[in-house]
Amino acid sequence: MAVIESSTDVVLSGVRGGPAVKTLRQDRWWLQPVVTVSILTAFVVYSTWSAFNPHNYYVGAMMHRDLISPFFSPCLASSCVEGSQIGFALSGWSLSPAFLILIFPLGFRLTCYYYRRSYYRAFWWSPPACAVSDGHKKYTGETRFPLLMQNAHRYFFYFGIVFNCLLTYDALRAFHQPGIGFGVTLGTIVLTVNATLLWLYSLSCHACRHLCGGSLKTFSNHPVRHRLWKFITPLNENHMKFAWASLIFVALTDVFVRLVASGAITDFRLF
Amino acid sequence: MADVTMKIWRGDASGGEFQNYTIEQNDNEVVLDVIHRIQATEAPDLACRWNCKAGKCGSCSAEINGKPRLMCMTRMDTLPEGPVTVTPMKTFPIIRDLVTDVSFNYAMAAKIPALLPKPMPEGGYRLMQEDVERSQEFRKCIECFLCQDVCHVIRDHEDNKANYAGPRFFIRIAELEMNPLDTNDRREFVREDMGLGYCNITKCCTEVCPEGIHITDNAIIPLKERVVAANYDPVAWLGRKIRRQTKKTSAEAAVQPAP
Amino acid sequence: MSNYEHHDYDVLIIGAGGAGLRAAIEAKQRGLKVGIITKSLLGKAHTVMAEGGMAAAMGNVYEEDNWMVHFRDTMRGGKYLNNYRMAELHAKEAPERVLELEQWGALFDRTKDGKILQRDFGGHRYARLAHTGDRTGLELIRTLQQKVVSMGTDVFMEVKVLKLVHDDAGRVAGCVAYHRASGEFVTFAAKAVILATGGAGKSWKFTSNSWEGTGDGHAMALWAGAKLIDMECIQFHPTGMVWPLSVRGILVTEGVRGDGGVLRNSLGERFMFNYVAPMFRAETAETEEEGDLWYDDHNAGRRPPELLPRDEVARAINTEVKAGRGGPHGGVFLDIGSRRSAEFIRRRLPSMYHQFMELAGVDITREAMEIGPTCHYIMGGVQVDADTAATAAPGLFAAGEVAGGMHGANRLGGNSLSDLIVFGKRAGAGAADYVLSGQAATSLNQSAVEAAIKEALAPFERTEGENPYTIQHDLQEMMQANVGIIRTQSELDFALGELDKFTERVKNIAVKGGRAYNPGWNLTTDLPAMLAVCKTVALGASFRKESRGGHTREDFPTASEEFSKFNLAHSSNGGNWDSPIETTESPLLPIPQELKALLEEAH
Repeated sequence: MAVIESSTDVVLSGVRGGPAVKTLRQDRWWLQPVVTVSILTAFVVYSTWSAFNPHNYYVGAMMHRDLISPFFSPCLASSCVEGSQIGFALSGWSLSPAFLILIFPLGFRLTCYYYRRSYYRAFWWSPPACAVSDGHKKYTGETRFPLLMQNAHRYFFYFGIVFNCLLTYDALRAFHQPGIGFGVTLGTIVLTVNATLLWLYSLSCHACRHLCGGSLKTFSNHPVRHRLWKFITPLNENHMKFAWASLIFVALTDVFVRLVASGAITDFRLF
Repeated sequence: MADVTMKIWRGDASGGEFQNYTIEQNDNEVVLDVIHRIQATEAPDLACRWNCKAGKCGSCSAEINGKPRLMCMTRMDTLPEGPVTVTPMKTFPIIRDLVTDVSFNYAMAAKIPALLPKPMPEGGYRLMQEDVERSQEFRKCIECFLCQDVCHVIRDHEDNKANYAGPRFFIRIAELEMNPLDTNDRREFVREDMGLGYCNITKCCTEVCPEGIHITDNAIIPLKERVVAANYDPVAWLGRKIRRQTKKTSAEAAVQPAP
Repeated sequence: MSNYEHHDYDVLIIGAGGAGLRAAIEAKQRGLKVGIITKSLLGKAHTVMAEGGMAAAMGNVYEEDNWMVHFRDTMRGGKYLNNYRMAELHAKEAPERVLELEQWGALFDRTKDGKILQRDFGGHRYARLAHTGDRTGLELIRTLQQKVVSMGTDVFMEVKVLKLVHDDAGRVAGCVAYHRASGEFVTFAAKAVILATGGAGKSWKFTSNSWEGTGDGHAMALWAGAKLIDMECIQFHPTGMVWPLSVRGILVTEGVRGDGGVLRNSLGERFMFNYVAPMFRAETAETEEEGDLWYDDHNAGRRPPELLPRDEVARAINTEVKAGRGGPHGGVFLDIGSRRSAEFIRRRLPSMYHQFMELAGVDITREAMEIGPTCHYIMGGVQVDADTAATAAPGLFAAGEVAGGMHGANRLGGNSLSDLIVFGKRAGAGAADYVLSGQAATSLNQSAVEAAIKEALAPFERTEGENPYTIQHDLQEMMQANVGIIRTQSELDFALGELDKFTERVKNIAVKGGRAYNPGWNLTTDLPAMLAVCKTVALGASFRKESRGGHTREDFPTASEEFSKFNLAHSSNGGNWDSPIETTESPLLPIPQELKALLEEAH
């Protein structure tokens, strides 16, 4: 074993021990990447299909409801169906209104520390699992463009908060059913749960934890931010759960709205 | 108790191979016990590092059935039936058998600007428990270097070793950055000199940490966020451009205290 | 010159635990060229095993505490066999040494008003141990290690020192060693050498010591012309794990008792109430209720007997087990789970919780731990000058566990970490002064270097011979059985005879394999030191016909006035590892009147 001397450069590399195999792990290390790939692929396929099919994303006054799919809210294009807009409309946008907004939640999730862990492992194989060889010869991590852009997570978080507010507004609005008045329907519950999960996902985000108090050197002279940080920290520990739950539920919410809008099911009124 | 077959890597820089040792397994034994018994009987020159045998010193790191673990804290009865493979840590050059040259870690440690404390008042510092707790978590580190071993940035890419400190030293830097007494600013240092950007937060370091330190969530990601504030904040960047200022270099922002 | 790798230093430090690192910082701050040698990797020394804390009378929890009370506790705990001056310096300087650590990055647990929190430990009148959870030793060694590294000190890792080497004038001038990784020899020349090699507990079967605790420094000092004192005083820590067998001996911190844990026998009795010696009766609780009041307020009741000094508790456990009131694995029960909340236990004693959960499958928040005495610490060591840490061999200094005198016949828990930093600094300063005085050695005696190397290589030349592991195993069994916690003349005589046979067996070891990282060979080079330690322990134990602190004689069960006046000092007659050892009486330093008054002060 070598000498630590400030003056000498220690030799870092050399012949390594052990057999030249990808891994010696005997457990089912491939299971987790397989699950991740399956769920994320399913989501991407579904959301792409949904974005390209701007129909049935809104259940309006005709059906005495006010339910909008989260993929299309806020609906900003002039092509948005009546009732789904939020006050102003961009004229001249001929594509699906989903494309105007999806970049923001997509960016938030793509740069999310948890999703990064998952897709780097499952899709990029760097590494596929712990102590299993990287699938690539060269690796520069997040030091260069485009992955350098992962550092923008914080700014997507800010947009995420705006979207959460809008979706919360959508959920609250749904409780007022046109022509009937206040009421709780299956749709109001779906939209409320969706908004709640999105809030939990955003608030439990690492950038949020940093902004609330993590950036401080001392807590004792910032009692309010310390309390915020202590509130966020346990949420942050469950960030993974919220990430999956909110992802799956947002797709299910879209499915639900589409089914109601197309008349395949009715939005059951509870009281 | 039944016999167990241990497949142990024997060799040095000139080459090596697995050797099988079939040995009786006693109740409640850990892998290190079995290695010691092989040493005392069949193979007195079987090289392995160990000291405390209680998970406190972090000497007996190896890979057991392909997973980086402490041999003293891995109970034999938790391993699946069949031969148990024991190999040296893969990331570091082999010395002999299960012993590797971990001087990479000591070289990285020597580069880190140490605590630059505020002057101590008469009677000592006053620090609140809530202000020391974050750094205390990182100071639980026993320097077993399993996180360094499992980190694919250097495990699978030898050439990154020159530019990348590894999880052990990210928690060291986080510890110093969160120490309420510290006046150094290591954000540029950790980005530029320690290669924080190489980490793609795949969290294997956290998975293998025998001390249960939340390396990724509590140290690396907070460091990345701090680096964002220092480096990738567009408003601050614009401000510097307008005022024609340059960022402080890592050596200006964090200095090694005088002896 | 020979063609071995060679290094020159002003101050060479052997051992990179708390004492060695603290000494290095001091010598380096004096502007000297400092080299550190360690047998394992930097930061792995036995200091990391210390759990509870470091004793320093800072008065952060009880304002009444001060150095005088600490001095008195240390002397009483040591049964007055201590070098009073060491105990005095230790008590006076420990607080400053602890505060200094914070400037180097240590983070201790805090009181509500932000001071360093202090915890209760056996034998300390007030809550006095600065701590970081139950991993204070780790905090200490990491702090010192990081300080040493930031100062740019040379550290030679995994280098085993074989022998100290003199110059032609008889001054200690350096050492001869080998790199464990390559098996290549290396010589170091130094103007002053500081021994900080730690303890020697590896010669017993049930021990909390790691493979490193072979007493290298004790032996090298003896061979180099220094004297060893109090070697018979060995601390058997009352609470070591006893089950499973593979972890037998691993330490359970005294902090468990300081935080409310109690000892029970198989009948469920808190037996310690039956073992309060007259010396401690005035300050020990008489009932369980009184003892329980004490934890929250030391003025509301007297301390529970579980927190008597370690020698008292270890003997009591031994007696209970011998009387048939032990647990299924030959220990007694340490119970904190029924007395404190699970949350409290996990916060205050995280490593203990982890250790029992992982290694024994016992959840200490719900079940009692089965524990028994384990060889933990050697009070005896190299006789040194309290102020400078100088030994009788010119140019040789010693600090930490390898030095003797500070703890007398028994060490109080928590006094060891503070010993390291107080006397580590003093040794660094003492060595620096010696170097700067210009009287230091300048050259190594090459024939001594050659002789040591020849001796180290001899086992490779024997094709037929004994396995070193067998010898070590037999030695541990023999020492545990005959020079263990309770001793008697016939067993000690037997042990001394056996040790001579072991000497012959060591001369007949054959080592298999090459020199590169060969643990069998490494052990072979440790065995001479282990034998030197065992011999001095057995000699001291045989000479000291009384029971005192860490030395208990079945045939002389009480302390005697006659033996209270001197230490037993051992010196080597010849300086080789198999040279005969001479044992003489070395009178204790007379205690000045004003300090004597402190000792006599009523509680």
